[in-house]
Amino acid sequence: MQVSKEEILHIAKLADLNLQEDEVQKYRENLEEILNYANIVNNAPINGLEETISIDNECNVFRKDEVKQTSTLEELLQNAPDSQNGMFKIPKVIN
Amino acid sequence: MEIYELTVHELLEKLDKKEITKKEILTSFQNRIKEKEKDVQAFITITDKQAEEQLEEIEKENITTRLAGLPIGIKDNICTKGVKTTCASRMLENFISPYDATVMEKINDEKMVSLGKLNMDEFAMGGSTEHSYFKKTKNPWNLNKVPGGSSGGSAAAVAAGLVPWALGSDTGGSVRQPASFCGVVGLKPTYGLISRYGLVAFASSLDQIGTLTKDVEDAAILLNVIAGHDEKDTTSATREKIDYTKVLNKGVKGLRIGIPKEYFGDGINKEVKEAINKVIKQYQDMGAIVEECSLDVADYALATYYIIACAEASSNLGRFDGIRYGYRTKEFSNLKELYKNSRSEGFGEEVKRRIILGTYVLSSGYYDAYYKKAQQVRTLVKNEFEKNFKKYDVILSPTAPNVAFDLASKIDNPLEMYLADVCTVPVNIAGLPAISIPCGVNSEGMPIGFQLIGNHFEEATILNVAHAYEQERKFRQNYKPEFKK
Repeated sequence: MQVSKEEILHIAKLADLNLQEDEVQKYRENLEEILNYANIVNNAPINGLEETISIDNECNVFRKDEVKQTSTLEELLQNAPDSQNGMFKIPKVIN
Repeated sequence: MEIYELTVHELLEKLDKKEITKKEILTSFQNRIKEKEKDVQAFITITDKQAEEQLEEIEKENITTRLAGLPIGIKDNICTKGVKTTCASRMLENFISPYDATVMEKINDEKMVSLGKLNMDEFAMGGSTEHSYFKKTKNPWNLNKVPGGSSGGSAAAVAAGLVPWALGSDTGGSVRQPASFCGVVGLKPTYGLISRYGLVAFASSLDQIGTLTKDVEDAAILLNVIAGHDEKDTTSATREKIDYTKVLNKGVKGLRIGIPKEYFGDGINKEVKEAINKVIKQYQDMGAIVEECSLDVADYALATYYIIACAEASSNLGRFDGIRYGYRTKEFSNLKELYKNSRSEGFGEEVKRRIILGTYVLSSGYYDAYYKKAQQVRTLVKNEFEKNFKKYDVILSPTAPNVAFDLASKIDNPLEMYLADVCTVPVNIAGLPAISIPCGVNSEGMPIGFQLIGNHFEEATILNVAHAYEQERKFRQNYKPEFKK
């Protein structure tokens, strides 16, 4: 299993991560080694088997759509790196 | 015996007989933390002063519920209102949860008092607790060894007597493996038995909160507190409440134990194998029917685990964007840069490795080759266990292929670290309950653990089987951590 430098950079972009040159090399080697191991799933006798999405096989768990007070605005903003007028503050996105 | 060496049920007995007070219990653990925390480094945040105030309040209000005022330690990925929940990450270094996890509400309802938040691998990713942003926790049996992980702080704190018991979380063995490395009991309940609301998500289809205790009876007591349906977690099961302390002492006569031959191969250390063989002999002597069986999916399960866990992690950790909470970079000129720089500076090396692996296996062109196949293998693993549970009540194996390893010895080899999870991971893949129980030490004096796996929601069975062994082979009476330097 070969992973190219370009592929690592593409993946990093999808994951919103910057990688330094040495990190690209290291993660490329790690990924190759781990994927080589993970390739044994190709030998597993899985023909015709369904995929298991969740172990409890439950789907559509319903509850009443009720308005409840959980946390206050103040509590929810206390961890925000930047906020103003009761809102999260981000850099300008429209020029 | 010192107070901090006692199990919780022993503490309760002494309280009933009025031989000790709750204040004396708390003080004993506070003093022990003062004495040993500098060696063990189990805590990220210590809240013993708050615990003291809470206890005063409890005594003033004359609250006499059974566990009121008893201390506990909490893994630092379980949200605690008003106290930092860092996940051992720079990303959440200053994060104070605006709400309590459901398990914390239950702990608080009992009026138990938290001594603090315990160290772990960053976002629970790792098997040695060396991936913590803050500190490296040491194994109380030998301070040059890792405590295991990711709940390494929880296991080390219980083993060292810094807390009487603790909560951890187990995604691929993160309660059981450190329990095994530190000579304590680690219970990973069935997926769905404990609410995950307020447990910071790593791999949502595998994560489960579990207990680290000095013995099996304590595990049953703590499980009674935390188990139960929660409407805030749609994957939490609706089941009739069981009193797990009432299921012990049923014996193992006629009980069928399967021993999967795949867990006794070359990958398992010789001394570990010998210790497990003695356990098997013990169960036979107690009247259990022990048979070799086959669980021919161990390697597939491990590969599948790393595909699924990383895929889910890459998705779950997408929420860390430096806007609503968590670390925000100082260097940015636009929104995209804010995201990228915050994430790159806030996450550690192992977390980034897993995000990259997870993003890769989910990316276009590779989804079918890895993720889809892994989900099919998951069905295979489930079926294999189902087949075995038609014949056996429990499955017995080593908890880990080896004992605790030296600090820094595996940190540069991620694959080698992953392979150490081979015995524990299949349980999470199939959502089963399992427990690790100490069964001896190796020639270097490091603890060895064995694992009992039960069918879905058969906690009562594995607790009883574990308890039966523990009553015969009194590990705690024979061995103690020595803080070897």
